[in-house]
Amino acid sequence: MVIKKYFYVVLILLALTTFSVAGVFAEEAASAPAAPSWDAKFAADTVWVLITAFLVFFMNLGFGMVETGLCRSKNAVNILSKNVIVFCVTTVFFWFIGFGIMFGNGSPFFGASGWMLYGADNSPATGDAYQGVFASLNWTGVPLYAKFIFQLVFAGTAATIVSGAVAERIKYFSFFAFSVAMAIVIYPVAGHWIWGGGWLATMKTPFLDFAGSTVVHSIGGWAALIGAILLGPRIGKYTKDGKVNAIPGHDMGMATLGMFVLWFGWFGFNPGSTMAADPDAIARVTINTCIAGAVGGVAATFAAYLMLGKPDLSMALNGILAGLVAITAPCNWVTPFGSLIIGTVAGILVVYAVLFFDKVKVDDPVGAISVHLVNGIWGTLSLGLFAANVSGGITGLFYGGGIAQLISQIKGVVAVGVYVVVVSLIVWLVIKSVMGLRVEEDEEREGLDIGEHGMQAYPDFVGTSSTRGIV
Amino acid sequence: MKKIEAIIKPFKLDEVKDELNKAGIQGITVSEVKGFGRQKGHTELYRGAEYVVDFLPKVKLEIIVTDDLAEKVINTIMNTAKTGRIGDGKIFVSNLEDAIRIRTGERGKDAI
Repeated sequence: MVIKKYFYVVLILLALTTFSVAGVFAEEAASAPAAPSWDAKFAADTVWVLITAFLVFFMNLGFGMVETGLCRSKNAVNILSKNVIVFCVTTVFFWFIGFGIMFGNGSPFFGASGWMLYGADNSPATGDAYQGVFASLNWTGVPLYAKFIFQLVFAGTAATIVSGAVAERIKYFSFFAFSVAMAIVIYPVAGHWIWGGGWLATMKTPFLDFAGSTVVHSIGGWAALIGAILLGPRIGKYTKDGKVNAIPGHDMGMATLGMFVLWFGWFGFNPGSTMAADPDAIARVTINTCIAGAVGGVAATFAAYLMLGKPDLSMALNGILAGLVAITAPCNWVTPFGSLIIGTVAGILVVYAVLFFDKVKVDDPVGAISVHLVNGIWGTLSLGLFAANVSGGITGLFYGGGIAQLISQIKGVVAVGVYVVVVSLIVWLVIKSVMGLRVEEDEEREGLDIGEHGMQAYPDFVGTSSTRGIV
Repeated sequence: MKKIEAIIKPFKLDEVKDELNKAGIQGITVSEVKGFGRQKGHTELYRGAEYVVDFLPKVKLEIIVTDDLAEKVINTIMNTAKTGRIGDGKIFVSNLEDAIRIRTGERGKDAI
């Protein structure tokens, strides 16, 4: 029997070799290949935009893992469910309405055309040759559907930031409702001002945000901040005399892997925002992204070590993400050395911010507000300081470009902050009055997994874990 | 017959098991347990806030032996599990009424 088996394997290998040799000869015999019927740049740009969109989509996994790992096992199903549903909801509503408001032709304040991607559009025509309802995206030469997918995954990211800050106490369907509002009104309107040809993009010195420190991260961060304030801290987060209680996450391994997934996804988030396979730009953006994340991790580690006595792993994870968030706005316009400084400041900032929010009793289990809001603002402002005339003549204060860009950046940060705070406050309050925000006290103690979903993440978990080798 | 229960530091388990094997012990039941003695708990740090872990992880061994082997087992565990630092654990010894091997129904010494 065994011999027979080997016989077949040899036979198959021989057959394959014969075919491939025949193939080589056949190719040599054929004449030179005809020129491709498609434009190589158009193809490369489209593939680049879509692949980076897939990387950004993959960040959903990273968010899910970081948030789940940093929360308690009794809420794992709930957190995973939120991460699952938020992208599904965003896809539907951003396609129906959000994309039209953000990128459709309209007023300086919101777009008002292109619902469900209907309307004239002759993409991939660019510049003046473009005729259609999404004129704000006429600078990228890819098909409309590729533009949409790329922008959709960004909208999904903004919405999912909220999930971490409100974790372990928000009602599942209340979060669901807020995600809908994120996709149709909060994210697209402020996004329109910046990326949709709105008033911030058409100022004399336009507000700049390359990949979304403000558009994605600050918007998500502001909405998260208001949610966390309205919800109040988790039961047991503070002692009766107001001291902070640690509520350790249940799986630091999962949180760490999630951080790496997010970092990997960021190589789509920032370099993909060129929306073209432009070799110089994507290489520059990639190195800046990597450096800022890396030094953010180093800075947060040492900041935690000096301030708290130990190099806290969760702070290092937050530090890397902080560096990545900060470099997201300026990544196309700064040098690697500029990235080093931006990332270092971000890493230190995030540790102080986590301690600050704990102190003022804004309970953010995963540090989402410190990472995305605080460093979204820092990154946006840093562009006005460190832009080094490496692309498009954008030069910041420290490189002799004067203060104009910095002032535009400040205007954008303030305008987006005011808008998102006001609108998300209204949305949160409407949800609170209609369906309530927070689960019952008993349910919160028991865990949202049972209360909201009727299941456990680890059904055979019996309260002990292998701790051999650790004393 | 005696039942010997020993609470030891988890990382000592392999060493203690090997030494008990050498001493001729045929079976050990092991469980992961948590508790505190004079060592009390310790504090850990998470995102800048301290928290107290009251119950430390230990391993509990249960060994059933004939009376004549008891001292040898006790000494073996004591010598192997000892680090000299607080938290090394305790050994409890009690009389055992009977033992039954489920498969054969043997009782007493024969069942050990």
